[in-house]
Amino acid sequence: MNQQIKNSTEQVPSEVMSPSSDMETFIKVINFNFFYGKKQTLFNINFAIPTKHVTSFIGPSGSGKSTLLRNFNRMNELLPGVRHEGDIAIDGKSIFDASIEIIALRRRIGMVFQKSNPFPRSIYENVVFPLRIMGRNKRSLLNETVERSLRSVALWDEVKDRLHENALGLSGGQMQRLCIARAISSQPEILLMDEPCSALDPIATAKIEELIVELKKEFTIVIVTHSMQQASRVSDLTAFFNFGKLIEFDHTHRIFTAPIEKQTEDYITGRFG
Amino acid sequence: MRPNSNTAVHFFLNHEKKTSLFRLWSNQFLTVLCVLFSLFTLVPLFSLLYLLIKKGLPLLHFSVFTKLPPPPGLHGGGFGNAIVGTITMVGIATLLSAPLGILGAIYISEYAPHSSLTATVRFIAKLLTGIPSIICGAFAFALVVLHTGEFSALAGGVALSILMLPTILLTSEQALIGVPSSYRDASYGLGATPFQTIWCIVLPEALPAMMMGMMLAVARAAGETAPVLFTALFSQQWASSIMEPTASLSVLIYNFSALPYHYQVQMAWTASLVLVAMVTGINILAQLLFRRKFQ
Ligand SMILES: Nc1ncnc2c1ncn2[C@@H]1O[C@H](COP(=O)(O)OP(=O)(O)OP(=O)(O)O)[C@@H](O)[C@H]1O
Ligand SMILES: [Mg+2]
Repeated sequence: MNQQIKNSTEQVPSEVMSPSSDMETFIKVINFNFFYGKKQTLFNINFAIPTKHVTSFIGPSGSGKSTLLRNFNRMNELLPGVRHEGDIAIDGKSIFDASIEIIALRRRIGMVFQKSNPFPRSIYENVVFPLRIMGRNKRSLLNETVERSLRSVALWDEVKDRLHENALGLSGGQMQRLCIARAISSQPEILLMDEPCSALDPIATAKIEELIVELKKEFTIVIVTHSMQQASRVSDLTAFFNFGKLIEFDHTHRIFTAPIEKQTEDYITGRFG
Repeated sequence: MRPNSNTAVHFFLNHEKKTSLFRLWSNQFLTVLCVLFSLFTLVPLFSLLYLLIKKGLPLLHFSVFTKLPPPPGLHGGGFGNAIVGTITMVGIATLLSAPLGILGAIYISEYAPHSSLTATVRFIAKLLTGIPSIICGAFAFALVVLHTGEFSALAGGVALSILMLPTILLTSEQALIGVPSSYRDASYGLGATPFQTIWCIVLPEALPAMMMGMMLAVARAAGETAPVLFTALFSQQWASSIMEPTASLSVLIYNFSALPYHYQVQMAWTASLVLVAMVTGINILAQLLFRRKFQ
């Protein structure tokens, strides 16, 4: 099996996969390989993610979706012994360029994790954390930011009377929305979400999906999901990964109605493995 | 179902019944055994406490905290200078070892968790926790007493700090490891610097557990005799500086319990009671202040 994969690596065209020319490219992945130690987990990835759209990553467990996502803001570099080849460009500039400051890069990119992870502090302090670390402490700015961010995740009305209570007292769905509010409070350009709904019930999930569709007016969104329904509901484009390779990347409706690759079809119809 | 498989099922059910009865019985037996043995381990502890209170209480009086030790053979007095000496030396030891241990733990767990230096430091710290306390005394003797030419509270503090350092380092490291990595992910993901992540997010979370580790180290150091015996020696007087021989509770107990006078031996018991009360007090305080917060 592994051998087969290796062989087909060479067949993947090295030019950038981009489903349509009328969308403006924001993130461009070029001949990208990634290694955890000696183990290669991403193989020659090439594609372009358009600006102000939702792109979802689907694929079986271990196919490298999170690994690629965590490369966009260079979170993987917190792990020992990781290495990459190739390039990722955001807005036309390589994120691995020596002139790029990793901190500045991460401030341009919001990230939401699978398990919601609010800090054990007040709701207010969670939302303003990104501003505080940039040294922006003006009360009026912070207040404004809290209201705007919480409103855009539809949490304001639920928590406006207890902004100074501990965030860990919120429900799971509220905590995840709080994490999204925190991720967008300093107005980044990109929002990365790694299975943001996997720990939530259907109602909370529906709320977050609505939110994602709303937020794409302002942000370029990339979402990893295991739910085909979710991918088809929220995303404009879908990328299917398998064994560390990008198998197919296209408009979401085309991926789900007329996939070109057999592997993609097998996966979305549940005939995988 | 065929009849023979039916009997098989029957047999199986019966067998189940027997084993579950046996299990129930053995379960209860083992529970009783466990309770008995855990009560058994409390026997030495309580007999010790009983002895301490019985022998230490008669001389326990307010004046023992304020007066100086009686000369051999005489009655009266107390061990106020020894209490002050113990507190001073443990204080010096904490001032020396806590910053070093906590900063060291931050370095090895946050800044360079995967380096070989970290592995080395951790290994050595573990070795040092097993070092006999008398060696710490000898080391501080060579390091401080031989250079200053005098037994002193400072030397005692140095000896105790060597004893405390590995404990503080290792408990602080554990405290930091106990902080969920999702907090670090969130912080780094939002563009915080390592400095901001560690000082604003990780450290506040780890602090209660760190403080608890530190207070346990303090409690242990307060009861040590060997390190101070070699370094601070003893004194019949109130200490006027940290550069002169200083009394401590543990050395007072050691000295007085070996004397052939009944009164001094009794005073050693009283000092023991006070020392145990102090140490227990610190432990309880640590639990009250810091336990609740990090559960
Ligand atoms: N920290 C790590 N160290 C070593 N290998 C890792 C690490 N994280 C992930 N991997 C490996 O990299 C490969 C891709 O993992 P990744 O987490 O990107 O998959 P995924 O597509 O996100 O899977 P899932 O859907 O289960 O989240 C897997 O084989 C995984 O075992
Ligand atoms: Mg993943």
